[in-house]
Amino acid sequence: MSGNGVSLEKNPPVKLPNEPTITPQIVAEHGLSPEEYQRVLAIMGRTPTMVELGIFSAMWSEHCSYKSSKVWLKKLPTKAPWVIQGPGENAGVIDIGDGQAAIFKMESHNHPSYIEPYQGAATGVGGILRDVFTMGARPVANLNALRFGDPKHPKTRHLVSGVVAGIGGYGNCMGIPTVGGETNFHAAYNGNILVNAMTVGIAPTDRIFYAAAAGVGNPLVYVGSKTGRDGIHGATMASTEFNEDSEEKRPTVQVGDPFVEKLLLEACLELMATDAIVAIQDMGAAGLTSSSFEMAAKGGLGVIVELDKVPMRETGMNPYELMLSESQERMLIVLKPGREELARRIFEKWELDFAVIGHLTDTERMVLSWHGDIVGNIPIPPLVTEAPVYERPWTLTPLPAVLEAAKVPAPKDWRASLLALMSCPDLASKAWIWHQYDHLIMGNTAIRPQDGDAALVRVNGGHKGLAMTSDCTPRYVQAHPETGGRQAVAEAWRNITAVGAKPLAVTDNMNFGNPQKPEIMGQFAGAIMGMAEACKVLDFPVVSGNVSLYNETEGRPILPTPTIGAVGVIDDIAKAVGSRLIQAGLGIVLIGETAGWLGQSLYLREACGREEGAPPPVDLAVERRNGDFVRSQIAMDRIEACHDISDGGLLVALAEMAIAGGTGMEIGQPPGNAVPSHAFFYGEDQGRYVIASGSADDIIEAAKAAGVPAVLLGYSGGASLVVKGLLSLPLSDIKAAHEAWLPGYMSATE
Amino acid sequence: MKAAVLVFPGSNREGDVAQAIELVTGRKPQMVWHGDGDFEKTDLIVVPGGFSYGDYLRCGAMAAQSPVMAEVKKRAAQGVPVLAICNGFQIVTEAGLLPGTLMRNAHLKFVCSDVHLKVETSQSLFTNRYQAGQVIRVPVAHAEGNYFADDDTLKRLEDRGQIAFRYCAADGTVDGTGNPNGSIRNIAGVFNETKTVMGLMPHPENAVEPMFGGCDGKALFEGLVEALT
Repeated sequence: MSGNGVSLEKNPPVKLPNEPTITPQIVAEHGLSPEEYQRVLAIMGRTPTMVELGIFSAMWSEHCSYKSSKVWLKKLPTKAPWVIQGPGENAGVIDIGDGQAAIFKMESHNHPSYIEPYQGAATGVGGILRDVFTMGARPVANLNALRFGDPKHPKTRHLVSGVVAGIGGYGNCMGIPTVGGETNFHAAYNGNILVNAMTVGIAPTDRIFYAAAAGVGNPLVYVGSKTGRDGIHGATMASTEFNEDSEEKRPTVQVGDPFVEKLLLEACLELMATDAIVAIQDMGAAGLTSSSFEMAAKGGLGVIVELDKVPMRETGMNPYELMLSESQERMLIVLKPGREELARRIFEKWELDFAVIGHLTDTERMVLSWHGDIVGNIPIPPLVTEAPVYERPWTLTPLPAVLEAAKVPAPKDWRASLLALMSCPDLASKAWIWHQYDHLIMGNTAIRPQDGDAALVRVNGGHKGLAMTSDCTPRYVQAHPETGGRQAVAEAWRNITAVGAKPLAVTDNMNFGNPQKPEIMGQFAGAIMGMAEACKVLDFPVVSGNVSLYNETEGRPILPTPTIGAVGVIDDIAKAVGSRLIQAGLGIVLIGETAGWLGQSLYLREACGREEGAPPPVDLAVERRNGDFVRSQIAMDRIEACHDISDGGLLVALAEMAIAGGTGMEIGQPPGNAVPSHAFFYGEDQGRYVIASGSADDIIEAAKAAGVPAVLLGYSGGASLVVKGLLSLPLSDIKAAHEAWLPGYMSATE
Repeated sequence: MKAAVLVFPGSNREGDVAQAIELVTGRKPQMVWHGDGDFEKTDLIVVPGGFSYGDYLRCGAMAAQSPVMAEVKKRAAQGVPVLAICNGFQIVTEAGLLPGTLMRNAHLKFVCSDVHLKVETSQSLFTNRYQAGQVIRVPVAHAEGNYFADDDTLKRLEDRGQIAFRYCAADGTVDGTGNPNGSIRNIAGVFNETKTVMGLMPHPENAVEPMFGGCDGKALFEGLVEALT
């Protein structure tokens, strides 16, 4: 019985009926190396039981332990005066003023989404939502960053369809608007797609909840859905490469129930409004194991879990299954003593399971009981302190040779080249995707998908807006991880800036291949170095994140993809700007230096069929100077529309602004500019923006004073995009090409 | 105007409609839990959008059997106005308060988008602030909004002026281009015979502020306030 925990703990674990003897093969199947198993034996001082082995396996998996990435993640800056909670909790927390905090994180669900796209993506959304509302926040926005394989690959269409339906199915039912994201296609993701989901929530700064348990004797409470056999060993699966047998791992994919999660959200927020909670933690990867373990470890306490009291969905479940199930929509709560009935009433009102399944102890041991017998007894501190940490060998990717613009042919037909870019899979409109996401619920969406560089959502009860984006250019990271890491952070910062908001903090989702290969570890290391530098110079700390390694199939790795999710704030949402050009007669001004960088550009890939050269360099001081200037001009109400220049370069940015707002323009390369036209218009130089303004002269003068390059390209008006001497294209043609690709692709049968 | 907004497990646009009502009336509506068969007297009952009970059976089918809906049926029969939006529309058709049914969208996908609606009549509590024939822009967000009724029912609805809104193109043309879900005869919203119950799939509550989707939905709430205060 729970009150008698101490005496129970003296008993050695009993062997359950039919429990197999631990063999080297069973150890290997649990993803533990022989050396790691030796550590287990040293910690335990005896052979572990199956459930104990399962716990070590889950806690020491790459997914839960960050054993290959930890030494590198420490290099990221995580502090700023506005950071309330950095990495290490369920999500990062920043102060956004007026007693409010933004709580956010991005997390991957790559492996499950490849095996079962609908449920994999849906539970990815469910998991990240729980990470955020566990901390006391009401989620206010979802974003997602998706990378699929070559559209011609036979599985791609099915994966796009399933992932998008899954994300929508979960987020729509939860009633959280999905307001932004990105979708890329590349053959490197053929066997290993990426599904990175981000949630942003809002909480009062004085009502934030943490996972650290406290108070010996306090009850440990299980709430939410019942536990079934789904997702057992999901964390271990997410920590290995795929091979031809991976389809057989389908049973390790969890099945989501967004309706129950909606009830869980409301019930948790209702309980959080009382003073009953000491600590709370969602059951995500490795389920009951990691949640109970982390709560006790963070509090420096022990815990007794009476597994037979866990609400079960199926009969005949055993302790091993209960500890390792990744059934969704479950939470673990430490309550203050005597608050059980108050909490029970709330969860019963919402028709959710509620069970006291144990209590805290001062033994620093995790003790598992099953119908009165001890079936597991693990010391907590060594499992954390002696967890494997690897400084894996790494080889940095050398910087490729710079590709001169002169070595890249100019388009023979400018119109055809622009239409080809605007309709290529990476740049084509993703409206087919985001129209399946409810992006308007809650009534606070000020900038919708495709209407601006960042999504903008009003914070309830005021004039403040939260700007959010997710960015990464994997082909840059592949070419040179350090530059690519720097660029990913810079682009996120730029996108927040382009709507007029102040960028505040970052969540990073590091998607890479097998870290045991030195060149992959080198990609990881390089990306971190670049990101760390950018975060530092831009005052843009990392407050949460997630690492997904082993994204390989049959030994072929994905493009290294450190997705950057970012949040910024604008105090007066009425001052924010989007990227739609809706007014004639505005000056079109290019901000930033254009050298005509074509290496790794989309023009090079899509028009010339080449993926080569060094990626565009990112001068962080220039990035900051240009961005701060643009933001100041937006704050002065001088800018009607603003768009950063990224994939596809200047001409693509102009075309996007024009078709989004239905207003054309006539522009030209500035006189005296010596950059070859194809490099000027398609180059992907960093730190640049296009703005549309009724006071272009004032802006150019102010830019000169601030040392920011700014040049007038022309004026808005008409129904065509006209580039003097190069092309004239009706917006309707560009729009048709831009919007046709994805729906056409998705409705084709083969 | 005193309003009550029903809340089912899985409702999720109750806050949006409560916000819109507060914006035009200056007071918060009472929120009524699904198990509450005996709620305070009110001038307007709103059945909001969402996924009541997860919509796992047939959209609205379970909510239609809830204690609160038994009371809503009783009050609707006494003439208390009922505004049913999206999942609410599905619920009241399941409850028999409005004719027809909402099927899976013709393209089989969830759709969230601004749509244009043609106001069919200004002769109702709900549409008195609009002109007949006026085109308004409001969003939809649903997977099952494909309105269907048999020919006799449709004829009766049209003859008696029970069509509230039809989907249309931006210029007001009622044809396939403006129809987001395959609804028969582009029907987006209907009245009961006494025009005291209106159901519609679009979300006027998400079009009440200029920066957040425009204001074309606001007149619906203002019209109710005028009629019911």
